[in-house]
Amino acid sequence: MTTLKERKGAQQESSNPKLERSARRRESWRGFFHAAPAYVYLTVFFTLPLLIVFVFSFASRSRTGRPELEGWNLDSWARLGEPLVRTIVVRSFTMAIFNTLLCLLIAYPFAYWIATRARQSTRTLLLVAVLIPFWSNFLVRTYAWRMLLDSDGYITQIGEFTGLWGRMLFTAPAVFIGLVYGYLPFMVLPLYAALERMDWSLVEAGRDLFASGPKAFRKITLPLSKPGIIAGSILVFIPSLGAYVTPDILGGAKTTLLGNYIVTQFGSARNWPFGSALSGAILFVMLLATVAYFRTGGRTV
Amino acid sequence: MRRITILLAVLALVAAACGGDSDDTTTTAAPGATETTAAPTTEAPATGVQADADACVFGETDGELFLYNWTGYIPTGSLAEEFEVRDLVVDFEEEFGVNVTLTEYDSNEVMLAQIDAGVGYDVVVPSDYMVSQMIDADLLVKLNPAMVPNMANISDLFSNPPYDPGNQFSAPYQWGTTGIGYQYGSIDDENGVSWAVIFDPDVSAANTGFISLLDDERETMGSALKYLGYSLNTTSEAEVDEAADLIKATKDRLAAFNSSSYWTLLTTGETVVAQGWNGDFLGEFDRISTEEYDAYEEYGYAIPNEGSAAWVDTMAIPTSAEHPCTAQTFINFMLGAEVGAELTNYNYYASPNKAAEEFIYPEILEDPSIYPLPETMEILEFFEDLGDFNTYYADAFSAAKG
Repeated sequence: MTTLKERKGAQQESSNPKLERSARRRESWRGFFHAAPAYVYLTVFFTLPLLIVFVFSFASRSRTGRPELEGWNLDSWARLGEPLVRTIVVRSFTMAIFNTLLCLLIAYPFAYWIATRARQSTRTLLLVAVLIPFWSNFLVRTYAWRMLLDSDGYITQIGEFTGLWGRMLFTAPAVFIGLVYGYLPFMVLPLYAALERMDWSLVEAGRDLFASGPKAFRKITLPLSKPGIIAGSILVFIPSLGAYVTPDILGGAKTTLLGNYIVTQFGSARNWPFGSALSGAILFVMLLATVAYFRTGGRTV
Repeated sequence: MRRITILLAVLALVAAACGGDSDDTTTTAAPGATETTAAPTTEAPATGVQADADACVFGETDGELFLYNWTGYIPTGSLAEEFEVRDLVVDFEEEFGVNVTLTEYDSNEVMLAQIDAGVGYDVVVPSDYMVSQMIDADLLVKLNPAMVPNMANISDLFSNPPYDPGNQFSAPYQWGTTGIGYQYGSIDDENGVSWAVIFDPDVSAANTGFISLLDDERETMGSALKYLGYSLNTTSEAEVDEAADLIKATKDRLAAFNSSSYWTLLTTGETVVAQGWNGDFLGEFDRISTEEYDAYEEYGYAIPNEGSAAWVDTMAIPTSAEHPCTAQTFINFMLGAEVGAELTNYNYYASPNKAAEEFIYPEILEDPSIYPLPETMEILEFFEDLGDFNTYYADAFSAAKG
């Protein structure tokens, strides 16, 4: 009895608006202090640099290529409509979309397989295996691929032995091998997280109601793993859009992609305002896409 | 709640991904980005540095040296050991009791971007056309003749160069040529080598997929211009466009555009014909030769018949330098006869240092691919700064690569 009374009292207390407000205020202050380091970090290393990029995109370029913070203009933004820029953008997007689809096709069955292992220790072991490549530098791993794909490499030797392919280095397949290899873990991890948390009894219920295996997958598993698919796709798509090292080392730098094009603007072309406008535009598109996802797709989960 | 967790995971992983990516480009892009904030501090006291430099006394040092040089261009550390030459960085440190910090770059434009942003390097190594561009932009400090008496060692050919008359702002470091490195038997070299082995669709067809060009708008466009019979300093838009179209048409036969490892691609069989700089090829041939294997019997370097580029790299002091006395003492040290010879014996580029020649290995002095014959000298052309037109080259090259 006493416990019930106490509970009632507690309820009354928490419904007292004044006390509640002060408690919430105290709570929010504490939250602010906890988050303060993150706020400072994000402001100094994220917001400020982005602002600098944004400001430079309206600056002008001196005869020798020095960015000058005067003569503010929209020239750099206007150049984004040039045919060359359009070609590069279309090419980069095509590559990023294709890479995302490849990663999804390979990662989904794999993540499904890990998530359905019965023993926790097996799952952990497999997840660690996915993460092991991160222990060494991305550049080193890309160079390792170069050795596998070059004329004396094992992959070339296998291809020549079976007569199926020749040297792959400096070809489009080599670039995609490198990209899929590099970004696959970013797809596997969110997919695994979504599948592992899924309530499998729903699938069982579906099967009990005479849904075929593929139908149960389509109607139950796939929709429930959608947040994982979307998160993984964003994680793979964004870095592949700016991919720079892989096409350079494995593709031979033969086509200009967004990443290389921006680097050129800050390096040899010495056009910081244009490079800033390019970076800003990509960021803006990405931000819009991500916000759109969290306002629509994200909510249905 | 789950949505927030996913959002956080997304952010964390994106941050990780970005971090991973920028690791690979720290040598080029990342420092530039961080230094932008430093830019305003160094712009005003340019005259101050010049005054300090003028006031230096011979042999004086005013603190440690921040040297900004091309990749592997000065013998130090394991490379010096490998080539059995003096470690010039350590030698200078010991002789003058100052610390040297060496940072490296792989293109003039990257270096210029850093200096423009005000990064405080004491000595940089710009090429000819870049020297005049930097002088125009008031980015270089005039050398004090009393600080660099070894300038007298420089040969007549380089004592009054067009990019810096009288070597007032710069001291020649090394010079070399751009040409073709190739595997013997892959091309017809009976009557010398022609740029056609890269640019002519029929002549180069047999080597499709095994050709590399430099990834450098002036050099790559320059070779195409030479093949077409134009000057590599042309400011005619039509000629540059024609060269860009030629590169575009050549692209399908290329293995890669590469400026930083083309010599290894050649000697590992990934390419058989490569455009590049003489010292890089010869250094590589020397490096892979052993007592049983002579790489010079398998590979060669030639300056194409149509002509090609010659260039001089120089030492200069940017106006953002903080130790102009140490910088000038270092330049004088590098201009010494024996030190100059060590450079050439190490990097296989010709020395503009006349006094150094008696210490240079005779086989280098007699090698026409390092010290070209007089008739070859006549078809070589130096790069000039083209001012505003530079961007036209950069854009045309980007367009050619598509």
